Amino acid sequence: MQTEFLIQIKDLKASIDNKEILKGLNLEVKPGEIHAIMGPNGSGKSTLANVLTGREIATVTAGTVTFEGKNLLEMSPEERAREGIFLSFQYPIEIPGVSMVNFMKTAINEQRKHRGLEPLSASDFLRLMREKKELVEIDSALTNRSVNEGFSGGEKKKNEIFQMAMLEPRLALLDETDSGLDIDALRIVANGVNKIRRPDTSVIVITHYQRLLDYIVPDYVHVLYDGRIVKSGGPELALELEERGYDWIKKEADVTEETWTTDRK
Amino acid sequence: MDYRPEVISRLTDLWEGRNTELLKGSPEIFDRFRPEAFDEFLRLGIPDRKNEAYKYTNLEKSFSYKYEKYFSPKPDDFRQAEKFHCEVEDLDVWNMVLLNGFFPRGDEGLAMLPGGIWVGSMRAAAKQFPSLVEKHYNKYARNENDGLVPLNTALATDGLFLYAPKGTVNTKPIQIVNLLQSTQDIFAQDRNLVVVEDGAQMSLLVCDHAISPQHYLTNTVTEVYVGRNSRFEIIRVQNQHNDSGKVTHTFIHQERDSYASSNNVTLHGGLVRNATWHSLNGENAETHSYGLFLADKHQHVANFVKVDHVFPNCNSTQLFKGVLDDNASGAFNGRIMVHKDAQKTNAFQSSNSIILSDTARMDTKPQLEIYADDVKCSHGATVGQLDENALFYLRSRGIDAREAKLMLMFGFAHDVIKNIPIEALRERIDNLVLQRLRGELSRCASCAIQCN
Repeated sequence: MQTEFLIQIKDLKASIDNKEILKGLNLEVKPGEIHAIMGPNGSGKSTLANVLTGREIATVTAGTVTFEGKNLLEMSPEERAREGIFLSFQYPIEIPGVSMVNFMKTAINEQRKHRGLEPLSASDFLRLMREKKELVEIDSALTNRSVNEGFSGGEKKKNEIFQMAMLEPRLALLDETDSGLDIDALRIVANGVNKIRRPDTSVIVITHYQRLLDYIVPDYVHVLYDGRIVKSGGPELALELEERGYDWIKKEADVTEETWTTDRK
Repeated sequence: MDYRPEVISRLTDLWEGRNTELLKGSPEIFDRFRPEAFDEFLRLGIPDRKNEAYKYTNLEKSFSYKYEKYFSPKPDDFRQAEKFHCEVEDLDVWNMVLLNGFFPRGDEGLAMLPGGIWVGSMRAAAKQFPSLVEKHYNKYARNENDGLVPLNTALATDGLFLYAPKGTVNTKPIQIVNLLQSTQDIFAQDRNLVVVEDGAQMSLLVCDHAISPQHYLTNTVTEVYVGRNSRFEIIRVQNQHNDSGKVTHTFIHQERDSYASSNNVTLHGGLVRNATWHSLNGENAETHSYGLFLADKHQHVANFVKVDHVFPNCNSTQLFKGVLDDNASGAFNGRIMVHKDAQKTNAFQSSNSIILSDTARMDTKPQLEIYADDVKCSHGATVGQLDENALFYLRSRGIDAREAKLMLMFGFAHDVIKNIPIEALRERIDNLVLQRLRGELSRCASCAIQCN
């Protein structure tokens, strides 16, 4: 089935421990578009990232997610990754004893197998590593270590972007990628994303603050509040949020909700 | 019903008939300690779970079995062993093959390796270096309520002797391949002595392989003397089968400014219990005890470690890890004892296990006994499952769940393996562990004997 959307989320509802977090979320992203999802704490941003990547913390109770015409919600986390979804974690995990090299080699070859390609030869793999390392300005000292072990906050985020460069996803979800970064690290990470992005790569940037959006300029900005997208606009919306905070959005949304329920009565 | 009286009476028969088998050709010094040791064994018996050190280990399955053979092999038995050849790529070692714990051609003299290290049987050593053997034999082994140590002293007939005279350095690690192979069910007791004199260095790799499907039980006592300013490393790779039992007691006695490390990698075995005693008998000594085990089915693997800090300014670490599946059980019993005068001691201990099934079990018992006031000691024990967050992280990059689990288990195990001082061996053990985790029979790829 051909579709103009890379990912289409319709009326998505999800709960954690029987508490509804996402309450009917709609979002459509075309190839090559950058969408920013902003919102106050507890609005459901991280739950959205979990649901899209198949983490079993949240249970989907209603709605559909279609990725390149396929039902995403039926896929395991690894299938989603092989189909081209990549999550840059808010808190990357340290995995002692698993080397970056072995980790990336396994990931790349699983992806290639999925696409019917032969595994990369050792020399091709090392060449690819070298190329991508330069692209995202990550130190070899880091990629020779165990996954994220002993990395600083900034190094972990850089490592996420390095993995993204290696795996060349169709859709990258950046979950609070700017948190814990100083301005220099932020610039390197953001530039890394811009450099590795192909024209048809889509990005969903999940963020609290506007500052990352100075570097990764979105086509659309959405405000997530109480499990729904309550406002959408262009990049200027992000600036407005930075200036005015979220309270006015909350008020607007709560009023709409009230009116809506009153109307129904 | 208690199985032990019957076993003890069987062993007593052997003891009483000793003149025929036991004393034939075994070193005079062995004979000298026997009567007292056998009495001691009768007093202590076979340890049961009332013994603190065996609280989580039931020896019954291995010890109650009726073995057909108890003493050292005859020359004919060595024919198969002679053919054995271990080729670990890039692993440049002096290789020697033992059969059921015994040195072939035990009556021939000792061999000297380049670098000046002597190797051979205890029988030969007792003839060639009588005063040295006299000085060290049965000096470091302690029983502390464990009847199996005096049992070995009473009934062992031979074993391995390694001697690095003052200032000698082995140019390559020494590899001992210990084959368990027989047409009979065997209870073997080998008694080994390693002497590393002042300023000498020795690196030793011991590979235990069961290559025929008989029932085996080995009760091994190894005494190690590490002189001043010397270095000793031992790595054991235990790869046997479900009907084999292995109980080892290793006593490492260190003098001042010395360094020792012990690394027990248990890949396979029905019942394995490794007891390692580190005794620091001089200032500035350093000692490390590492262990890794992988157990499934009904296997049991126990590690017992005791580090004695007697003098000031010594360092010790203990790191033990296990992965348990099916109905396997494991135990870790680690003690650090800091004596009154051992100020400025640094002693660390850690035991971590991963349990993969609902029916596997791990018991840990870390113990610290400190009688000095200026020391740094720590201990920690964890028993848990694989980290769900780490698992998801790997899967989110396209790695399937099974492979991701393997990678995590391997990473967990590698933490111990990385301490193995020989690089080629590290890689080999990494591979063996990976094969074992994948559920394949772990076997060195180039092993000449394709056994099952």
